[in-house]
Amino acid sequence: MAETGIGAAVRRKEDYRFLTGRGRYTDDISRPGQVYAYFLRSPHAHATLKGINTDAARNSPGVVAIYTGGDPEADGVGGLICGWVITDKNGEKAKVPPRPLLAKDTVHYVGDHVAVVIAETLAQAKDAAELIDVDYEELAACIGTAKALDPDAPRVHAEAPGNLCFDWEVGDEAATDAAFAKAHHVTKLNLVNNRLIPNAIEPRAAIGEYDPGGDSFTLYVTSQNPHVARIIISAFHNVAPEHKLRVVAPDIGGAFGSKLPIYAEEVVCVWASKKVGRPVKWTADRSESFLADVHGRDHVTEAELALDENGKFLGLRAHTIANMGAYLSTIAPGIPTWLHGLLFAGQYTTSAIYVNVKGVFTHTSPVDLYRGAGRPEATFVVERLVENAAREMGIDPVEIRRRNLIPPDAFPYQTPVVAIYDSGDYAPVLDKALEMADYAGFEARRQQAEHSGKLRGIGFSNYIEACGLAPSKVAGAIGFALGLWESAQVRFNPTGNVTVFTGSHAQGQGHETAFAQIVSDRLGVPIENVEIVHGDTDKVQFSMGTSGSRSAAVGGSAIAKACDKIIAKGKKIAAHALESSEGDVEFEAGAFKVAGTDKSVSIADVAFTAYVPHNYPLEELEPGLDENAFYDPGNFTFPAGCHICEVEIDPETGVVDIVNWVAVDDFGKVINPMIVEGQVHGGVTQGIGQALLEDCVHDQDTGQLLTGSYMDYTMPRADNVPSFKVGFIETPCPHNPLGVKGCGEAGAIAAPAALINAVTGAIGASHLDMPATPEKVWRAIREAGKAPAE
Amino acid sequence: MPTISMTVNNKTVTGEVEARTLLVQFIREHLGLTGTHVGCDTSQCGACVVHVNGRSLKSCTILAVQAEGAEVTTIEGLAVDGELHPMQAAFKEHHGLQCGFCTPGMVMSAIDLLKRHPDPSEETIRAELEGNLCRCTGYHNIVKAVKAAAGGTGS
Repeated sequence: MAETGIGAAVRRKEDYRFLTGRGRYTDDISRPGQVYAYFLRSPHAHATLKGINTDAARNSPGVVAIYTGGDPEADGVGGLICGWVITDKNGEKAKVPPRPLLAKDTVHYVGDHVAVVIAETLAQAKDAAELIDVDYEELAACIGTAKALDPDAPRVHAEAPGNLCFDWEVGDEAATDAAFAKAHHVTKLNLVNNRLIPNAIEPRAAIGEYDPGGDSFTLYVTSQNPHVARIIISAFHNVAPEHKLRVVAPDIGGAFGSKLPIYAEEVVCVWASKKVGRPVKWTADRSESFLADVHGRDHVTEAELALDENGKFLGLRAHTIANMGAYLSTIAPGIPTWLHGLLFAGQYTTSAIYVNVKGVFTHTSPVDLYRGAGRPEATFVVERLVENAAREMGIDPVEIRRRNLIPPDAFPYQTPVVAIYDSGDYAPVLDKALEMADYAGFEARRQQAEHSGKLRGIGFSNYIEACGLAPSKVAGAIGFALGLWESAQVRFNPTGNVTVFTGSHAQGQGHETAFAQIVSDRLGVPIENVEIVHGDTDKVQFSMGTSGSRSAAVGGSAIAKACDKIIAKGKKIAAHALESSEGDVEFEAGAFKVAGTDKSVSIADVAFTAYVPHNYPLEELEPGLDENAFYDPGNFTFPAGCHICEVEIDPETGVVDIVNWVAVDDFGKVINPMIVEGQVHGGVTQGIGQALLEDCVHDQDTGQLLTGSYMDYTMPRADNVPSFKVGFIETPCPHNPLGVKGCGEAGAIAAPAALINAVTGAIGASHLDMPATPEKVWRAIREAGKAPAE
Repeated sequence: MPTISMTVNNKTVTGEVEARTLLVQFIREHLGLTGTHVGCDTSQCGACVVHVNGRSLKSCTILAVQAEGAEVTTIEGLAVDGELHPMQAAFKEHHGLQCGFCTPGMVMSAIDLLKRHPDPSEETIRAELEGNLCRCTGYHNIVKAVKAAAGGTGS
């Protein structure tokens, strides 16, 4: 079983369909009689809607219906909700302004939904939308994150005076102040964590379909979590009760968090399908994605690190303004607070930490989760501070980290910011990374580069990650509206193959392979006999879906638990068949054996017997071999790692060339190293994108998105990134059945700090805001006096 | 509405389309060949790359009527009798895909790349794939797959 079990680099089961064009994405689905929705969006960041005239548009060819603000409400269909309403330091809940599906009185960002046109063809819907006459009265817009709290900043919502959504804190402020009071050295940094646009290559899409026969609805949608979509659309939008709404999330072309929120377009498609009596299809074009998908990051931070004379970290203090955009997206308030503040210990024994986060509203697209979600921002602050402290105190950046690492005998480790790290051994990770990066040879390489007129730098990022937010009771205590367990059903079919139903939806992570490996490993069934089913609420039981690198640790653990139940029941069946007692039956490599004898029966035969129970203990045991499990973890998992980036910069152009990237990660037990390495490559590349290329830029007066297409928003391309060197150290997670921790976000968390540390080191600058574009780097080189002689 | 006719994956197809119909819309919506994807509206992402008369081309950049009489190959036309084209096989072997959405365009571009550069260096592969965006893989394994499909030394 080793070649297909846990730890094997099994080639992916899902690849054949993707490689032959047989993937089935939402936009690939067409329903008989479908009509097309097009959303008319606000061209203004802030305006009063004085009137909407749709008369000409309604008479345009092919138009079936046009809906505007108030129409959903007239049918009792409510607005979008926020499912993670945190409580702030003053005991107040985050302010949640109303967010209608279609704007009623005011538009709050460029891209806000004003009307939906439904027509026979998409082109006709677009043509008609051009005929809608909207009378806007433009108002002053609040745009910049740092300016949102200014007393004279334009007000975004009456519910949030001063544009303050929440004022949250974690840690002990007094203890942290005391630590700073006795510091030998204090390193200070003002940091901007640039706003990003997730940009999964598949745009969002939705098809709503109403079946009058059963008075039921189906929503095909690009969703990471179809059951969450169903419960929200049922319980909060009131479109249909849960048992009358089926949500199907087929193949998803990347998500990275952006397909977790519940969006207006998908709710409108379901609701409108009954009104027009035909399936309603909507697919975003990329320009819409830029405006109407949630954005990520967008922090402004003042941070300080207090050190003693030996470079030991005594205290860390950070004050952050986090831009929430114009409305609170589905889980937005939890991102810059709990998923951010809890990570400020990093890998270090810093004894006093205080983090204050003010969430602010602006007239920009809502900000929610994007790969890493809060953790990249925290890591950026911690690792930039550590790097600068080392430079300021004249300590080697590796040495300063080593002096402060949490020692391996300290786990479980209680940080000063609530989190309890489950397991880790950080020094071997660092050592392995140093060896792979040939740190010892860096100075020689730097000198060589200098001889050829180049600036060379090396940057570190010793990140900590928190995956699989848990347990549910903790989630509830911090304001999360749902549970955070995962479900699995492992069903043996009578002929011995296995169908597994999982709530962990896949958007490229290879679940169909990795989960089959778990089952193959646990049950001794050939991997080709295992089929993974996900993404359909009519097939899979209620589940929480994919986010926060939770699929392996939580979803995978649920599958392992269900497998264990299969084995437990199989032992009873086998004991009967083998005329033995259950206690004597052992399970190994796909067969039940009577200990100390040669009597054995395969699990496939046991499955057949379970469904054809002619020789079966029916008095004591139900037929069938089909087990459910719900797994609610005891804690987060805390992967960690060390990324080392080496850059060479041409001072003539400011272009940063990444000449080496080493990632050594401790993800706990690795199920499929090929897939996990791929997750690291992709995560790091998104981090490189943030650090060097990507920036969501708004006009500071009008709020127009200036980076609204791939012509302006610089996505990483093949020639922007290097090949990567990836290594693993495994310290198993002690509290889940697989020992896995999670790997999806780590690269995006680690990479920006490593890269900016390398670039600033090469230049000799104390800081450089992301993205470090050639222009910024070129200017910084000149400010640092490193420009080549003319 | 104009009637157009072309050969797609070795089959002659005809259709009546609005003049403004893009080739990619004709392929996806009229022919039902949904393996060719649309990822942007500015001809930047390359998810829609197909072969037209033997050359890779972003099928969102031309009108369907412009492909009148052309020989078009889409991702569905590569595998023969269920056997993957060597480039498809290399992507599978080297994990050159994750979500699969950019993959059809990436594979079609990569095949054309090897026609023009039979033994490409890593630098050439990266430069040549500049017109295809992938958000999942970080390109590392795509480059590896293309190199493996070339089978050469890449020096």
